[in-house]
This record gives sequence, structure tokens and C-alpha cells, in this order.
Amino acid sequence: MRDQILSLALLLCVLHSACGLYFHISETERKCFIEEVPDETTVIVNYKVELYDPRSNGFMPSSPGIGMHVEVRDSDDKVVLSRVYSSQGRISFTSHTPGEHIICMYSNSTAWFSGAQLRVHLDIQVGEHAIDYANVAQKEKLTELQLRIRQLLDQVEQITKEQNYQRYREERFRHTSESTNSRVLWWSLAQTVVLVCMGFWQMRHLKSFFEAKKLV
Amino acid sequence: MVATKSPTHIRYASSSAGILLVATLLVALMHCTSAVEFTFDLADNAEDCFYEEITRNTSAYFEFQVSAGGQLDVDVHLKDPQGKVIYKQEKATFDSYQFVAELTGVYTACFGNQFSAFSHKIVYVDFQVGDEPALPGVDEHATVLTQMETSSQAIHKGLNDILDAQTHHRLREAQGRKRAEDLNSRVMVWSSLETAAVVLIGLVQILVLRNFFTDRKPSQAHYGRL
Repeated sequence: MRDQILSLALLLCVLHSACGLYFHISETERKCFIEEVPDETTVIVNYKVELYDPRSNGFMPSSPGIGMHVEVRDSDDKVVLSRVYSSQGRISFTSHTPGEHIICMYSNSTAWFSGAQLRVHLDIQVGEHAIDYANVAQKEKLTELQLRIRQLLDQVEQITKEQNYQRYREERFRHTSESTNSRVLWWSLAQTVVLVCMGFWQMRHLKSFFEAKKLV
Repeated sequence: MVATKSPTHIRYASSSAGILLVATLLVALMHCTSAVEFTFDLADNAEDCFYEEITRNTSAYFEFQVSAGGQLDVDVHLKDPQGKVIYKQEKATFDSYQFVAELTGVYTACFGNQFSAFSHKIVYVDFQVGDEPALPGVDEHATVLTQMETSSQAIHKGLNDILDAQTHHRLREAQGRKRAEDLNSRVMVWSSLETAAVVLIGLVQILVLRNFFTDRKPSQAHYGRL
């Protein structure tokens, strides 16, 4: 029985990594993704790297030599997470400040030039999508209906967070607009003053100049 | 091969809830559902492609929106496994496209920015394949749903719509905010330049005028001597 569970779990892993989005980067290239998230939101990144194999003209399913450097920065450009992972990994972090979080990935390859191609499978889950309900149901022994309600609660919570974040952004937006407004106002006043002063000085200067030259 | 294997597993292990759970998950995964949302930075003169394996007759939803950079435009095309272009947009700001996969294989979505030599773009992409995976242990029995279940399903759907709408608003707001921030800094720079220009022109005017009159003097003296 145990073997069956294990083999099924293994199969599940293989299947899970086989589908989903992927893209290609060269060994020295750096690829960044931006996730704009409210605060206290969990982000889960699953990835798997495959190295291009020129002999079979395909990608090797597992490349043990390759490591990925993953770096996560928050909206204040502070490093939340920076580590080297193996060719397959699962990164999870929780945001503490709302805003754009930048997730950058690059391989730890020491190739000088572009090197070989890498295929990166990537899956990013944010907020309530990141919750594994199979796990929750098992751990807390919830019935079907309880689990449904639990999911709804998580969604509502996510919506509330998003709305708070929206309020925060609206405030920032308003600050920017007000700043523009006051800058335009003060500048136009200052400009008028500058113009009047300039004209006054020009007249005075010219007058004294003409008088000195005995032209008037 | 896997598809034929899983029912036997279920029959075997009907006593164990754990295995059943894994098996249902497996069945759910067989459809290869995936939903990924991300935002990436498209460099100038670059083209970035993303690939997704889709099984036949699976519906997929593709959405993109440019939230910053240049004229907020990007070239987009979707290709099916045989390389046939199934969707193409040039210099688009946002759009969505829903399709049902006719072939099993790798679908390619490419974003091109070759037409702009200076500005890089921030592009949001939402690529959903298949339906949302069902909650574990929910969809395995085909009994009629109770009223509670149907309403919770309806609420779930409604909340999903709300979340989507929020994402949409957030992106729109990001566009507006970036523009406002740009405007703010431009006003700042332009006004300082303008002030400098006014002062400079004032000074130059005087200098030119003075020069004009001092130049007259020697020529007058010249005429006088004649």
C-alpha cells in the first residue's frame, strides 16, 4: 500500500511538473517577473529547469548540475529572499509590504558567453490560489461543505486585502496628483514674480545705461 | 497508459481515503489544468515567448495588458503546435482571447517589442488552461448537489469574478498612476528649465541691446571724422 502511495505521489510530481508554462533562457541570462500583491499575501513559485542537450536535440528531464539563483525584492527594493536552489524547487514567501515584488531567476552557471539554453517551467500562485486544499482537508478533517466554506472565506479575505491595497494605492495616486497640482500652482506664481522682476530690472538697467551713454 | 491505471488504483484502495484523494488529484491533473498570472519586463527590441502544453479540446483563456512603457503597445501572437498563427495583434495595449485547443501540443505565445528601440514595456499576462481544479473530495461523487452546495458554488464563482475585476482595475490604476507620476516629474523638470530660460533670455536681451548701442558709438565717431 505504501509503495502504491509513493509511486502515485511520484507520478503526481512528474505530471505536475510536466504541465504548466515554460520559457527558454540562456545560461547567463536573468529573467524577472513582477507580482503586485497586497501585504500579508503568500506567493508560491514552483519551477523546474531543464538543460538543452545537443546530442538528442531535446531537453534533459533532470539536470543535477544546474542550480538556480532566486532573488525576491519587495517594493522598497529590499531583498526578501536570495538563495541558490537546485534545478527544481518551490519557493514560498509572504509579503510584508504591499506593492510590486520582483522575482528574479538566473542559473549559477559559470559559462562566459551565453552558454547552453535552459528551459524553465514556471508556476506562480498568489494568495488563495497558493493554498493546498487537499492538505487543509486532511489536516483539519473538514467535511466537503466545510471545505467549500473555507475556500470562500479565504477568497473573501483575499478580496479584503486587495481592497485595502487599492485604498493605499489610491492614496498614493492622490498624493502624486496633488503634488503635481501644487507644483504647477507654485511654479506659475514664481514664474510671474520672476518675469516681473526681470522686466523691472531690465528697464532700470537700460535706463541707467542710456543715461550714462547720454542717449536720452 | 496512466489513464487506464488510475481506475484500478481506485478500486484497490477504496478503503484508504488517502489513496482516493491522491487518485482524484491525479485524475484532476490529467486534464493538465494550469493558471498562471505574471507580469514581466519586455526589453526594447526584444521578443519573449512563453510555451504551454495543452491537450486537445481543452479550453484556454489568454489575456494580456501593457501597463507601462512607451505608447503602451506590444505585438502579440499565439501559435498552435504546427506553427499556425491562431491569434495576432499588432501594437495592442490589452486584449483577451479564448480558444479551444484543436491539437495536443505546445502552444506558443510571443510578445514582440521590435518596433520600439528605446522603451521597454511592462506586460501582464494571464494564461489559463482548462477549468479550475475542483476541491479535493468534492467532485468525485455524482450525486445531486444540496442547496448549500449549489449556493456555495455560486458564491465561489462570484468571488472569482470579483477577483478578476480587481486585477483588471489594479492594472488600469497602475497605468494611470504611472502616467501621473510621469506628468509630475515632467512638470518639475520643465518648470525648472522654463525658469532658467526666462532668466537667461532676460540677461541676453540686455547684453545684446547694450552691445548694439556700444557698437553704434565707434561707427558714429567714424562718420564724424569724415
